[in-house]
Amino acid sequence: MRILSLGFTRGVIAQIIGSALGTALIVAIRAILGMPNNDLRDIEPAAVFGGFVGGIAFMLGVGSMDDWIKWMRGIATPEYHGPDPNKPRWQRYFDVDYDHKVIGVQYGVTSVLLFLLAGTFALIFRTELAAAGMQFLSPDLYNTLMGLHGIVMIAAILTGVGAMSNYLVPLMIGANDMAFPRLNAFAFWVNVPGALLVVSSLFLGGFDTGWTGYPPLSARAPLGMQMFFIGVYLVGLSSILGSLNIIVTVLKMRAPGMTMFRMPIFVWAAFATSLIGLTATQMIGLSFLMVLIQRVFGMGFFDPTKGGNVVLFQHLFWFYSHPAVYVFILPGLGIVSELLPVFARKPLFGYKWIAMSSLAIALVGFFVWAHHMFTAGMEEYLRVPFMYATLLVAVPTGVKFFSWVGTLWQGKIITPTPMLFTLGAIVVFLFGGLTGPPNGTVATDLHLHDTYWIVGHFHNTMFGGFVYPFFAAIYYWFPKITGKRMNETLGKLHFWLMTPSFWAVTWVQMFIGLRGMRRRIADYDPTQGFEPAQLLITIAAFLIALSVLIFLINLVRTMRSSERVTDNVWNSRSPEWQLPSPAPDHNYADRPFVVVGEPYDYGLPGSTYVAMQTGTASARAE
Amino acid sequence: MAAQALSAADYARKLANNRLGLWLFILSDGFMFAGLLVTRFYLLGEHRPHVDQTVGIIVTAVLLVSSFFMNRAEVMIAHGDRRGFLFATFMTMFLGIVFMAGVVGVEWQLAPFKPDTGADGAVFFMMTGMHAFHVLTGVMFLAVVFINGLRGHYSAERHYAVEACANYWHFVDIVWQFFYPALYLIGTVAGS
Repeated sequence: MRILSLGFTRGVIAQIIGSALGTALIVAIRAILGMPNNDLRDIEPAAVFGGFVGGIAFMLGVGSMDDWIKWMRGIATPEYHGPDPNKPRWQRYFDVDYDHKVIGVQYGVTSVLLFLLAGTFALIFRTELAAAGMQFLSPDLYNTLMGLHGIVMIAAILTGVGAMSNYLVPLMIGANDMAFPRLNAFAFWVNVPGALLVVSSLFLGGFDTGWTGYPPLSARAPLGMQMFFIGVYLVGLSSILGSLNIIVTVLKMRAPGMTMFRMPIFVWAAFATSLIGLTATQMIGLSFLMVLIQRVFGMGFFDPTKGGNVVLFQHLFWFYSHPAVYVFILPGLGIVSELLPVFARKPLFGYKWIAMSSLAIALVGFFVWAHHMFTAGMEEYLRVPFMYATLLVAVPTGVKFFSWVGTLWQGKIITPTPMLFTLGAIVVFLFGGLTGPPNGTVATDLHLHDTYWIVGHFHNTMFGGFVYPFFAAIYYWFPKITGKRMNETLGKLHFWLMTPSFWAVTWVQMFIGLRGMRRRIADYDPTQGFEPAQLLITIAAFLIALSVLIFLINLVRTMRSSERVTDNVWNSRSPEWQLPSPAPDHNYADRPFVVVGEPYDYGLPGSTYVAMQTGTASARAE
Repeated sequence: MAAQALSAADYARKLANNRLGLWLFILSDGFMFAGLLVTRFYLLGEHRPHVDQTVGIIVTAVLLVSSFFMNRAEVMIAHGDRRGFLFATFMTMFLGIVFMAGVVGVEWQLAPFKPDTGADGAVFFMMTGMHAFHVLTGVMFLAVVFINGLRGHYSAERHYAVEACANYWHFVDIVWQFFYPALYLIGTVAGS
């Protein structure tokens, strides 16, 4: 019985039972109607229905909808539930909990686990690619692993973004929680059945389309394709609801004196990100749903023999999936802008410009999607407008780089681990940015499309825009979350092992990509001479994995140590660091503050950002 | 239906959050419907599916009238008229069910095409199906509001659930005001 007291296990069991019952119901109906149930193709509609039922069953089983159901029945519930005092404290993290800090940590741990999973997929197919010829993977399994690497990484990044926004935004703007705590918990938990469904595709025939799921291939891929669609649909739902929550929180829950242009800069990044997540995510949901329906009901949206058009799918899909990369990088760039002034001990250069550049990237990002389709046979007149719109993104991005350089200029720079990762992010993202325009320009993209060049470019943007800042954020806010600081030596080892290995991977990828190495293929012709390069990439990939292992060891060691640090370990002006570490429940309920100055006036004598009403807090004698 | 016994200031704060939250949800959902409209014009262009004009104009009128009753319900509860509110809510729900019966029960059966016979069928059944699903969730929302209204859970001062339900219902109605011309009026039927 004790295992059932965990919301997580209840949810998983409910999902398994729900999926089985949903599938069985449709199979039974088909049997009564005299329809065949012989192989995976026949029971596909049943399995799809079961997949949806399982997702809903998880959400009911975990208890994320308890309060809403009570409201529906007209029963009032307490505003705050608080953790169950009869359960051990760690159990909060496996239950539905409405505290945004607990949800932030839940997102973060989920993100790291998904990263490890997706990274493992990459290591497996990298090993296969180390030499020409098929060694130990079948082509189908290779395709599935490659697709899963992509989509599980995306889920990991989205949950990582959720971790940073959920933990930091309320703390930074002086709110005691998010605007909708129950919706917040729902938005986290719906990722879990989503991730389980996506991974279950591995055991249901896999899928051979890569993470983009293009029809017509996805319209006839094995059953795993459908589980992939349903899983992504649920993860997308999380993104929409989480974004909605962040926007309302930022607009409505700020502390007195916290005007929009006095918020910590990360909040602007999270806000701009949420505008994309709220709206564009609907389109990937719709495009995947349409393929799913085409497979189940034979509706020919993307079937040319029935008057459909596959290019329509790409338009709908990229309308989300290009802005999605800004969802991935904007929070990371926000972290960079947030940490630089702390470690350069200087004001952030051009605060308003950075805030507006985040919004500008988000808005321009809505008008660039067709640059993914220059070679897809789309309408030719769309090429040039989309090329110019794409190149326009470089302007607000350049504003950020100028601001970062301006912030570092003549600063008193110190380089503890978080700062190392911040600087690493700037350099890596610079390369990601500079290798972008050749892909956005029609003439060069026709040559570069579908090569390893794109793979190298993309991994530069993702590492510079998300992975490095995410590690920086973990090293930086770990003392806030736990009251303990991660080991510096291991942290620096992590950085100095990961960075050169990462360069080896992407530079070599771009190099052989320019010479014609095609992406996504399971095997390649040894006479092209790419074997040594492929071997080098594989070795470097394993070195990255080793560096992440060092990070994990550091994480576990720090968790188990009892050495505690001071509350404001980095000497930050941000309000969350004026609280004790770990941050108390209901953040500022006992310690309200007023914003009295500019956020980043580091090094200016006599300036303050927030005035804590500490008198009231100490009078209450915590 | 909010959390229990809030002070007036707390209620006002939560009300402001809830209102903004619902508008954002509607914006988000609007993108999905916009995607369906894009699909319709991308695949069918200047053609439209061969559908029954009489059924179309009737269900459209029914949905418009239901929005009138929805608005009455909201105004009446705001004036403390509980009986009028319950009647208007019931009428909205009833007309919503009539609309669904008209689309799914009549129009879907009369249509000279099937979902899997071509782009016409795919677009028509996807758009009306997705919209009918939203009407269904709206009717369920109305049913919850109606039952809780019977129990006397709403007052002239505190009835956000009614307001939310009304806004959602009007949104679903407005979506149909775009879908109706896109499916029934714009373009010509192939072969005619």
